[in-house]
Amino acid sequence: MGIAPKIQASHISKVFSNGKCSVEALRDFSLEVKEGEFLCIVGPSGCGKSSFLRILAGLMPVSSGKLEIQSGEDQSRPLTSMVFQEYAVFPWKTVLENVAFGLQMRGIPKAERLSIAQGWIERVGLSKFIHAYPHQLSGGMKQRVGIARALANDPEILLMDEPLGALDAQTRTVLQEEILRIWEEQRKTVVYVTHSIEEAVLLGDRVVLMTAHPGTKKAEFPIPLSRPRDLKVTATPEFGKLTYTIWEALRGEVLSAMESTGEGCSKGIG
Amino acid sequence: MFEGDRVMKGKRMTKPLGMLVFLFALWNVGLTLFHGWPSLWWLGLGVDFLLIVGIAELLGKMIPPAYAPLYRRSLSVSFPLLLFIAWELLVRGGVLSPDWFPPPSRIVQALWELITKFDEFSKTSLLGRPWLLPGAVWGNRPETVEELLAESHLYATLMRVFVGFFLGSIPGILLGMVMGVSPTIRTMIDATLSAFYVLPKIAIFPIMMLIFPDPFGEGPKIAVVAISVFFLVTINTMVGVRDIEPVYLEAGKNYGASGFRLFYHVILPGALPVVFAGLRLALGTALIVIIAVEFVRAKTGVGFLTFYYWEILSPEKMYAGLVVVMVLGVLLTAGLKKVEQWVMPWRRP
Repeated sequence: MGIAPKIQASHISKVFSNGKCSVEALRDFSLEVKEGEFLCIVGPSGCGKSSFLRILAGLMPVSSGKLEIQSGEDQSRPLTSMVFQEYAVFPWKTVLENVAFGLQMRGIPKAERLSIAQGWIERVGLSKFIHAYPHQLSGGMKQRVGIARALANDPEILLMDEPLGALDAQTRTVLQEEILRIWEEQRKTVVYVTHSIEEAVLLGDRVVLMTAHPGTKKAEFPIPLSRPRDLKVTATPEFGKLTYTIWEALRGEVLSAMESTGEGCSKGIG
Repeated sequence: MFEGDRVMKGKRMTKPLGMLVFLFALWNVGLTLFHGWPSLWWLGLGVDFLLIVGIAELLGKMIPPAYAPLYRRSLSVSFPLLLFIAWELLVRGGVLSPDWFPPPSRIVQALWELITKFDEFSKTSLLGRPWLLPGAVWGNRPETVEELLAESHLYATLMRVFVGFFLGSIPGILLGMVMGVSPTIRTMIDATLSAFYVLPKIAIFPIMMLIFPDPFGEGPKIAVVAISVFFLVTINTMVGVRDIEPVYLEAGKNYGASGFRLFYHVILPGALPVVFAGLRLALGTALIVIIAVEFVRAKTGVGFLTFYYWEILSPEKMYAGLVVVMVLGVLLTAGLKKVEQWVMPWRRP
């Protein structure tokens, strides 16, 4: 393993323009992510954190700046796989077909990809629903499929875009525990975007705080809580202290983000 | 709701229900005894309708929840039946003229005649006398299978709709997909397409008759159906492709799909629901167009049949023709629904 970080983003900016007006989603955003690190990005809505993930995923280009991702020795592994906020599991594919989708696109033979997919479906506890279509599943189960689809693809970097944002509080907690458990087994590099500070502190090795309009990095907080973690850590005073410290830094940003919403162009950039 | 509450409600509702049924009987018997129907039939039917709604409403509240679906189904079947009975009685009572509104019993009779009898004058029959088919197949009848099919109005209309529908919808789906995916092609074609879309397609029938070597043959008829179907399907397919949730496209791309595989795994299935909505619309339009074309210029077909019986002033057979068109529409739509369920098993049933 080299000394170079897994992800090195230097002075990235991203501007959306549609002719009439342009919106700066990211300005001079720099970030390093180490191999095997669980990095959480927290910020008010509209701070460009989703844009950054999409840039990492190769779904959109940067406007300026440099992004370097060190790929591993195994060239057949995909660089990134994304878990989307809106589940984004294909309604026209069964659970099994969804989870095997990335492998299928990479040309893995059918028998092999189905057995890998089956394994991941078991690990997220959906064995009973392996041949079900997403409309038969609850929101939490759909997102389990989304997570299994990403992990079955065995990416070098796992990108998660507010994956639990649309779920109710209890389901979210259950899935947080599941993500923790699976990550402890895998120790993959993860970039996890969330608007929940508690979630970021519970899951992450490091929390990056972003400001809105335009999105820049405001602060960084290492999370020294010991691994392996589980939900018990939320009951410790350190956990409370960390979340409160981050909230104090974030509060002003949230307030200014609330004031600036309603600007004609600022919509649609998460 | 508590069980006890329901029982009490049931008891409380038997009385008003009895009252309503009594009122219903009183009103109808009274109106009949005083010969009120011919002049006050609209009031009679209106009050009857309100009373029936009241009775059905009360019954619905008294029915145990387990039987509620059955009750609703029987309600949706029995109300049209009731309408037919009212129609029959109004004609028999001399309120409605049988020349314009032949009673349902006579329409059924006419339909039966159309099905069973061969019309010597026009040398046609509704179904092509299917009972002669076995004889025609074994060759011990003077008629051949082709002749039997050629004399069938239903077969003629069905063939025109089917062939026209396929010839129109397949290029429509293809062009719609291309327009949905490529902004350049969409910009080039969209305005032209919209202009043609608003044109009543029946208006191009004369042009089709001009173009085809046999103006009275099947060509122009099928062409008009195909063209009507084509525009509807193209526009719906394009909308279906454009309305795919962007997140599905992002997921497809992030997981390594591009080009044809992105199309096959994401764009095509993502657009299918709207494509099928377009196909359903197109099927309805195809029926409208073919019936109109058959009114104007045809020697067979259900539209021709209806028009023919107007010309020889046989209203119950005109109505029978309409019934055939309705049945055809319902069956074709149900068939398309089946295809839809087969192609898209992931949709909520």
